[in-house]
Amino acid sequence: MLDILMIEDEPNIAEAVRFILTRDGWAMTLHGDGEGGVEAIRLARPRLVILDLMLPNRSGAEILRDLRADPDTAFAMTPVLMLTARGDAAAGTSQADAVLAKPFANEDLRALVRRMLA
Amino acid sequence: MPFETLVAGSLAYVALMFGVAFAADRAAARGRAGWLDHPLIYTLSLSVYCSAWTFYGAVGYASRSGLEFATIYLGPTIVFTGAWWGLRRLVRIARMHHVTSVADLISARFGKSNRLAALITLIAVIAATPYVALQLQSVSLSFEVFATDAPRAAVIGGPAGGTALWVAAGLALFAIIFGTRNLAADERHHGVVTAIALEAVVKLLAFLAVGVFVVWGLAEGPVDMLDRVARAGRDPAVAEGWLLRPDRWTALIVVSGAAILTLPRMFQVMVVEASDEDRLRVAGWAFPAYLFAMSFFVLPIAVMGQELLPDANPDLYVLTLPADAGQNLLAFLVFLGGFSAATSMVVVSAIALATMISNHWLVPAWLALRRRPGGEDADRDLRGLILNARRLAIVAVLGAGWVYHQASGGSVALASMGLVAFTGMAQVLPAMLGGLLWRGANRRGAFAGVGLGSGLWLALIFLPSVGIGQMPLLPGGIDPLAFAIFLSLSLNTLAFVGLSIFGFPDPVERLQGLSFVSAVEPVRPRSPARAEDRAEPLLAMARRVWGPDEALRFFRAEAAAQGKSGYLPDPTPDFLTRLERRLAGAIGAATAHAMIDRVAGGVALTVADLMQVASEARRAKEETRRLESARAELARTAGQLREANDKLTALSVQKDAFLGQISHELRTPMTSIRAFSDIMKTPDLSEAERRNFAGIIHQEAGRLTRLLDDLLDLSVLESGQARLSVSAVNLHDLIGRAVQAASATRPERSFTLDRDMPSEHLGVITDADRLLQVLINVVTNARKYCDAERPVLTIRVHRRAGGGAVIEIADNGRGIDRARQSLIFEKFSRLNDPARAGGAGLGLAICREIMTVLGGDIAYLPGQGGAAFRIVLPPHPAAAGRSVGTAGSP
Repeated sequence: MLDILMIEDEPNIAEAVRFILTRDGWAMTLHGDGEGGVEAIRLARPRLVILDLMLPNRSGAEILRDLRADPDTAFAMTPVLMLTARGDAAAGTSQADAVLAKPFANEDLRALVRRMLA
Repeated sequence: MPFETLVAGSLAYVALMFGVAFAADRAAARGRAGWLDHPLIYTLSLSVYCSAWTFYGAVGYASRSGLEFATIYLGPTIVFTGAWWGLRRLVRIARMHHVTSVADLISARFGKSNRLAALITLIAVIAATPYVALQLQSVSLSFEVFATDAPRAAVIGGPAGGTALWVAAGLALFAIIFGTRNLAADERHHGVVTAIALEAVVKLLAFLAVGVFVVWGLAEGPVDMLDRVARAGRDPAVAEGWLLRPDRWTALIVVSGAAILTLPRMFQVMVVEASDEDRLRVAGWAFPAYLFAMSFFVLPIAVMGQELLPDANPDLYVLTLPADAGQNLLAFLVFLGGFSAATSMVVVSAIALATMISNHWLVPAWLALRRRPGGEDADRDLRGLILNARRLAIVAVLGAGWVYHQASGGSVALASMGLVAFTGMAQVLPAMLGGLLWRGANRRGAFAGVGLGSGLWLALIFLPSVGIGQMPLLPGGIDPLAFAIFLSLSLNTLAFVGLSIFGFPDPVERLQGLSFVSAVEPVRPRSPARAEDRAEPLLAMARRVWGPDEALRFFRAEAAAQGKSGYLPDPTPDFLTRLERRLAGAIGAATAHAMIDRVAGGVALTVADLMQVASEARRAKEETRRLESARAELARTAGQLREANDKLTALSVQKDAFLGQISHELRTPMTSIRAFSDIMKTPDLSEAERRNFAGIIHQEAGRLTRLLDDLLDLSVLESGQARLSVSAVNLHDLIGRAVQAASATRPERSFTLDRDMPSEHLGVITDADRLLQVLINVVTNARKYCDAERPVLTIRVHRRAGGGAVIEIADNGRGIDRARQSLIFEKFSRLNDPARAGGAGLGLAICREIMTVLGGDIAYLPGQGGAAFRIVLPPHPAAAGRSVGTAGSP
């Protein structure tokens, strides 16, 4: 079973996260656009979604709202870790299980993921 | 007749008149005026219309112009028989408004304008002075007929200053004694009216006696008389004068009909002296009958005079015919009749004019003079002042008449001066009738009508009649007098109606107009019987205005001052005046006056008070309107503030969004740098991995630097502090350098360049570095985004009309969606763009700012196949200012 699906449009950030988490033994895939985000989650059925807030075409907040509104309740409750580059406590993150502000310390990311997947 | 007998007889007659007037005044004062109020007395007093002009002059007129003299009687007859309801209405309205003269009537109707009254008084004085002179002349002429030993037929008028002076002085005395006894002008002059009625009888009897003497004494009865008249009519010399002139007839009937209404003396006896409108029931038929009797024998006397005394003055035939026949007693009776006609006219005219002069000239002037320094004279008793002003005016009117008589040498024909006066006063008629019948009539119209009409009258009729200028000579035998009458009256009416239609009456006028036209009288409130009953409501009213405490304090103090205990003073005039003044401070003078009158009940609420209230209400309305407009102003200001606030809020939202985007743009490369520098610390990394990650860190650091550069650039450009280093630039070189610099972007793609080299050699004066920055940005974008299989970049340069240049750069890719075209010049518009290539999305925003600073413009060119931009350059930066759009290009 897939551990993590990451939705992130910045390839360098996605690459860094993938490198860090794969070394911890998590199985992980990437989706690079806001468009089709929910479908990608439904297809992959990950145990955790790492979701960027500012995505082209469809924002992370919208994807999260659609996910939580899904009639399949088990699917709708998929844990979500939100990444945000906005300085303020960004709107649209309230339904996320955890929020991590960019830039982050690698240790914080690993600890958070470890706890969420425990 | 011996001179002494004549003087003695005359004096006896004068004494009789004084006696009758005195007795009538006494009877009226004792309240036994029953028989004095008889409609016949009223009717006889109207005969003041028949002055010496009619008594002597009608015969002279007839001998010169035949039946035309009858027009002077026809006008009043038509008015009295045909318009008796109008006369009744006139009397009713005049009495309702306590009108004192014709000038007062017009001014009361048109918003109580004293200037209008003063103007009408002026016309009346100008018209009356020669007319009064004429009466004095007739008396002195008739006196001379008796008093000289010269052949009577040869008596032609000559100056008889002595007689005229004595007559004038006596009449002034009579008018002063019986005309200025009491003040309120609507209290009638019983003595004068009764004396005039007696004189009316005398002059009618005298005239009828002469007529009878002529028909049965000199001629042999009516048949012979008619025969003589017919013979005279066949005499060609006479017949020409006797010709009926329709134009003159119409004009003279109109003018004499108007005169019966507007002549000051007629208004005095007919309207002011009338106790009520019912007298007109009798006068309506009796006065025309009197006029008929007075005119019955005119033509026979004229014909007989021409026959027997061809060289004598026709104006004196009435006197000279019996005198020549040795009928001394009859002649003396005629003399008394003429004397009566002259004196009654002079006395009534003097009283009427004196009222007008004192009310509209002297008293207003005196009040205006006295009011200025202090104002404490305003409440002084004005009775003495007004009576003395009237006495002075009587003396002045008679003095002016005497002076005029002396100056004119007594040579004026009797008839002409009467007509001059008639035509002058007729100018008041349109305003009078309009005021009574038409609510829309207004003051400006009345002013214009009376002013224009009387101006024409002065120029065309009055001045020529006293030898200044002459009446216009008209072609086609049109009569100049008739022409002048019609011209002045019709222009008068036209001005009056025109200005009334195109102007608006003020509220006072409107209410007066309503009161005049519909003849409604304000209701008089009843006055409570006991003093306490009147003081109590006054206190209640004062409470309403001042509040209970202050009102009680004022009333208690007033009661104490009157020596009374408690809080209710007697409503004495003093107290009422003080109360009114205090109230006026709070609610305005007119309102205070009206309220006190209503509550105190001593004086009725007059129309004038209502008018004042109305005009104060109008002021209040204006104040309300002013407040309303102030409120609207405030609302407008509040709206502007709200708008400004909205704008600020929007700006704040924009600023927040901008800061959020900057934060995102900065944190994104920092995230990569931080994550990979952490990863670099991992000990077991391969060399390839290490190189790869170092490359990413380097790349993201560069991105961060570019972003900060762009932000700095943009803030400098937007703040307007960008320094330009202006120089002459060849566009060909600049485009070459831009293409060269952009080729570093996606170098793996080979672009085909389509350039027209010769046309690129174009010089402009601009900042070369800034323009290069724009060109590089546009060309780089093309390299980044053009997705055509064989990408082609087309660059064209045109000379711009009026100097400067236009550069168009287009690729052959997909272009930009219509929806996005308007967004690409906004900051961070690159966000959400999937085909991004590492920029922060500030490039085109910076380009736009640069072009604005250079005085040019950059715009997207839709419909070119691929993405296309047009860059417009002015000949030099200052030439076009900061905002030249593409609209300015060809």
